[in-house]
Amino acid sequence: MTIKTIFSGFGGQGVLSMGFTLANAAMLEGKYVTYLPSYGVEVRGGTANCTVVVSDEEIASPVASEPEFIVAMNQPSFARFQSVLTSGGLICVNSSIVNTTSARGDIEILAVPTSELADKMGTIKVANMIMLGAFLKASNIVSFDFMLAHLQEILGEGKAKMIKLNQEALEAGYTFVKE
Amino acid sequence: MKQVYARPKSLKPAHFHYCPGCGHGIIGRLIVEVIDEMDLREKAICVAPAGCGMLVYNYFDIDTLESAHGRGAAVATGIKRVRPENLVFSYQGDGDLAAIGTAEGFHAANRGEPITIIFVNNGVYGMTGGQMAPTTLSEQVTTTTPSGRNAATAGHPVRICEVFAVLDGTTYLERVAVNKPAAIIKAKKTIAKAFRNQLKGNGFSLVEILSPCPTNWKMSPIDSCRWIDDVMAKQFPLGVIKDVP
Amino acid sequence: MSGNAALGEAAVLAGCTCYFGYPITPQNELTEYMAKRVPEAGGIFIQSESEIAAINMVLGASVAGARAMTSSSSPGMSLKQEGISYLAADELPAVVVNMVRGGPGMGNISPAQSDYLQATRGGGHGDYRTIVLAPGSVQELADIVPLAFDLAEAYRNPVIILGDGMLGQMMEPVSFDNIKPPKEYPKDYILTGARGRPSRMVRSLLFDTKEEEEHNWKLFRKYQRMEQNEVRYEKYLVDDAEMIVVAYGIGARIVKGAIKRLRQENLKIGMIRPITLWPFPAKIIRETANRVTDFFVFEMSTGQMIEDVRLALEGKGHIHFYGRPGGVIPTPIELSRVISRHYYQQSHRGKK
Repeated sequence: MTIKTIFSGFGGQGVLSMGFTLANAAMLEGKYVTYLPSYGVEVRGGTANCTVVVSDEEIASPVASEPEFIVAMNQPSFARFQSVLTSGGLICVNSSIVNTTSARGDIEILAVPTSELADKMGTIKVANMIMLGAFLKASNIVSFDFMLAHLQEILGEGKAKMIKLNQEALEAGYTFVKE
Repeated sequence: MKQVYARPKSLKPAHFHYCPGCGHGIIGRLIVEVIDEMDLREKAICVAPAGCGMLVYNYFDIDTLESAHGRGAAVATGIKRVRPENLVFSYQGDGDLAAIGTAEGFHAANRGEPITIIFVNNGVYGMTGGQMAPTTLSEQVTTTTPSGRNAATAGHPVRICEVFAVLDGTTYLERVAVNKPAAIIKAKKTIAKAFRNQLKGNGFSLVEILSPCPTNWKMSPIDSCRWIDDVMAKQFPLGVIKDVP
Repeated sequence: MSGNAALGEAAVLAGCTCYFGYPITPQNELTEYMAKRVPEAGGIFIQSESEIAAINMVLGASVAGARAMTSSSSPGMSLKQEGISYLAADELPAVVVNMVRGGPGMGNISPAQSDYLQATRGGGHGDYRTIVLAPGSVQELADIVPLAFDLAEAYRNPVIILGDGMLGQMMEPVSFDNIKPPKEYPKDYILTGARGRPSRMVRSLLFDTKEEEEHNWKLFRKYQRMEQNEVRYEKYLVDDAEMIVVAYGIGARIVKGAIKRLRQENLKIGMIRPITLWPFPAKIIRETANRVTDFFVFEMSTGQMIEDVRLALEGKGHIHFYGRPGGVIPTPIELSRVISRHYYQQSHRGKK
């Protein structure tokens, strides 16, 4: 089973770190994984995106033709990437700032009001982790409990102080999504 | 009988290819004398340039690398960083250091690399046939300034020592000449001082040597030597430019 | 770990003690990694004033006996060519990394394969070659770095690692367990000061045409030995294939994704992936042509390696080509569509 996800949004929304967190968790779970970021000028201020491929077997291409999942944190990303989503795929949308109407009838749309949920926690900085929590509930690519337990290891030493806040944010997103 | 003259140990028994009256032969001889007198033959690594000076490796009996045109200071940086215990010097002409290799020389100087550049300034591209060099004097006739160097179109003579002097990484910069016996003795002392400076680990040193090129100046050897005092040294004043012990 | 970081770590573990580099996207992460890691390991790091200075510092460190490397991306590689030519002429080892981006000129910072000809034809002036290694994954990149240093020292010749922006930026799990401490190669040419031995000179200027000719033939014989001994490639589903794709580096990775799709539809497509772009795996391609008639070359350029495939085939078979220059990364599905179109054209032609 090979699952491809594109995380996308404005530079600064934590889009690359969402993908990086997922990729690291999958690697620690013992899966094959590739993480391919957009880079250079477009990271700063423009749109940013990254592709994470998680698989039980060796990954042929780190480039995703028809991803199973998309995370779109802003309107341009939603417009750009919904068209490449595979039929029957799921797109998680930051509904706080994105109009989630799509012409495609063959995809599923999960609207997550990340700004509102983040406001409740007192900081907009965790919007990306809220979205990641919601995404994990919907996609089940890696075990949510595993990610929570290993968050320190996944995020690295530099983020030691932020672990608890990030865990709470992941849970806020996770519980937002109904069964 | 008292021996008054001998071939320096670090000089190979080869004939210099230089033109009559050229300063390179004198400068090469001074370098190997200093190396012998300071007992540096087993420590010295020379970086030879492109240009008339490049064939020093046929004469110097020390470890020598020939670098690409202008890259001497970068190559010497690589050698010296790997072998800090060695004496590493590059031998460069005015086209080499003041034109195509300015960046490499300037930044090695700015980093304070503990290397020494022996900078031979004769105001022309000698080996290629006497074209204008960055150090060619105003109004001086060369094969590429047939009616004299015109500052409006060809710029001004570059004073490398003065340019490098403003860099904090440089510790010893002196300009000398090899146009008469007293000047030659002075030049030898200067080279020795620059080498001592390097061996002390005291940053970047450079000795600029005004050197005659009778062939391309279209002068006799004697007139060339006089011209250095009368004309060239006016633009390139001799003496210590910077000395930070 | 990102490809750039994995490359740096592998280099340090392989005994690289000197790194010199100048910033250029998309390989800055490597320079930054080395800035921290090399001094930690007791080595030398200099951010040079230019690409030209960097390659010449490598030359200096190499002639002083150290394992040295530099890295850049396409525009910077053009500047390094002078130094690479001198390294080849002086017979000095060095590893030079090119994380290729779109060109010519400034181009862009997206991944490309447009420096193939520059890398495989020597690149600078004069009659010389360099071994060119083209890894296709982060793990292979980490494995290829020690090999690059070993080949450089074994043959006393610069070795190019040709990656691209994507390989440098992407992250994959990587293991360094295969890297052993460097072998000892005889270093009777390095400059250390003439202590207890005759003085040495390392040079490339040979005024005497006879001497220069001899030097050229000597280098040529060395390149012949490389051609005999150092060809490396990967065969992927070749045995029953009716059409062979030839692609390298990250391009081959995307092709693999395409072939996986096509195999599900029972299209018998295989791939030969050159790992050494020079020496080129011409023999295996020529041998495969005894059985397979159709070869499909894919490159992220307008077609450079295709010249080597054509030379390898010596007029046998049909060559198909698909190129995406300018830093465009095609998707596996795009490639699978193009390959299947050519495949059906070929089988149609067969029936006629």
